[in-house]
Amino acid sequence: MTPFTYARADNVPDALRLAGTMEGAKYLGGGTNLVDLMRETVERPRALVDVSALSTGIEEKDGGLFIGAAAKNTALAGNRIVRQRYPMLARAILAGASAQIRNMATVGGNILQRTRCTYFYDHAARCNKRAPGAGCDAIDGFNRMHAILGASPACVATHPSDMCVALVALDAIVHTDCSEGPRSIPLADLHRLPGGSPDVETSLKPHELITAVELPALPFAARSTYRKVRDRASYAFALVSVAAALVTVDGKVRDVRLALGGVAPKPWRAWKAESVLRGQPATEESFRAAAEAELADAVGLRDNGFKMELATRTIVSVLSELAGTHT
Amino acid sequence: MEIIVNGRAIEFSADTRTSLLDLLRDHLGLTGTKKGCDQGACGACTVLADGERINSCLALAVQYQGRAITTVEGLTGEGGLHPLQRAFIEHDGFQCGYCTPGQLCSAVAMAGEIERGLPSVVTEDLCAEMMTLSHDELRERMSGNLCRCGAYNGIVEAITATFVKVRT
Repeated sequence: MTPFTYARADNVPDALRLAGTMEGAKYLGGGTNLVDLMRETVERPRALVDVSALSTGIEEKDGGLFIGAAAKNTALAGNRIVRQRYPMLARAILAGASAQIRNMATVGGNILQRTRCTYFYDHAARCNKRAPGAGCDAIDGFNRMHAILGASPACVATHPSDMCVALVALDAIVHTDCSEGPRSIPLADLHRLPGGSPDVETSLKPHELITAVELPALPFAARSTYRKVRDRASYAFALVSVAAALVTVDGKVRDVRLALGGVAPKPWRAWKAESVLRGQPATEESFRAAAEAELADAVGLRDNGFKMELATRTIVSVLSELAGTHT
Repeated sequence: MEIIVNGRAIEFSADTRTSLLDLLRDHLGLTGTKKGCDQGACGACTVLADGERINSCLALAVQYQGRAITTVEGLTGEGGLHPLQRAFIEHDGFQCGYCTPGQLCSAVAMAGEIERGLPSVVTEDLCAEMMTLSHDELRERMSGNLCRCGAYNGIVEAITATFVKVRT
């Protein structure tokens, strides 16, 4: 680990001031990802501004929920309203990491965690995310875990979060603050696709701080779920995951929310599948057609082509479960 | 800087890079807590911070100033071993013993999570008031603690014997 100075922020203005005055500063939440990356010298901040003492509140707002960015993952998953009204979010969080890590990790840090692509961690490998312009050894390497949607010739890494898959399906809004003032960004627009600059992962400005996440009211999300397919039953990253909410009337899809994890550089909202599905009969045939529409642009690499069929089948299975037509 | 370890307030000075794990082991001589992977994958370093289980390898000591840390050394009370420690002996909950301090701390905190009604990903009814520590629930909730000897059967038996209340 390279040396750094440390300061704890008491409030948002304090955090912004510290980040602005401490050379080479990064924000520190629970540290579960950043400390690990610092130990590997993939991250080398010269200062850490600890924002874990900022707002941890989880409050009702306009029928939805307003979540302080420093709330722990465990607190959000255990929250009664989340469990009742947004079960896909509770299940997504609980499907991620271990109890120990969920106790440490913050909501803001979960959103900004970095890929677990092994080439990103390995200084002996080429990685455009770690060293822009170096090249990518994953594209022709061991890429079983990598992206089939939204990748570029420069980077095929996936975003590792489970929580974000549910958040993007729920139209979550991210609230931020910086020297230019506060703003709010739909989570769907926060993470960017790699294109030619995979080192730029979000639309956040330097030292822009995530202060809260807002969930709009979505009554039909009370009937929602999250399913994660992985190489072992627990404590592993997703090969494919699906967050879905579904409401049917007279056997037809009235409305649907669908998002995928483990397949793309960002939490992947399945907009195409959703638009194909609305108004269609709530049958396995419709669900498969919608899944295939979403995956039409998918590109498989040497080791991960199986994710296309796996994602399709997982979408069909989850939607069938929610529709009550599971066979 | 001050930290409370096993009920005792301790003044310390350390490089900002020092993990809570290294502080406990190398600065305070509490070597019960083990360093396995040093990257949050194995759980051997599990300790309690204000009663919640965390991976001390991923924790910077400076960030835990003023917090109350409990290590395996702090589990033993006046009466000797913690009931869970006795159950680990009774049920062969270890072979080499390296993961054991982490398993013990983790399981003690897990019992608290069950008490508080926290669900897990295998909980069928997320809204249930009472959580039951079934075999599947236990395995899922303890998945952050690996045992490379494969003493899981004994670990599950020991935790079950200690924390699962038998209905009579």
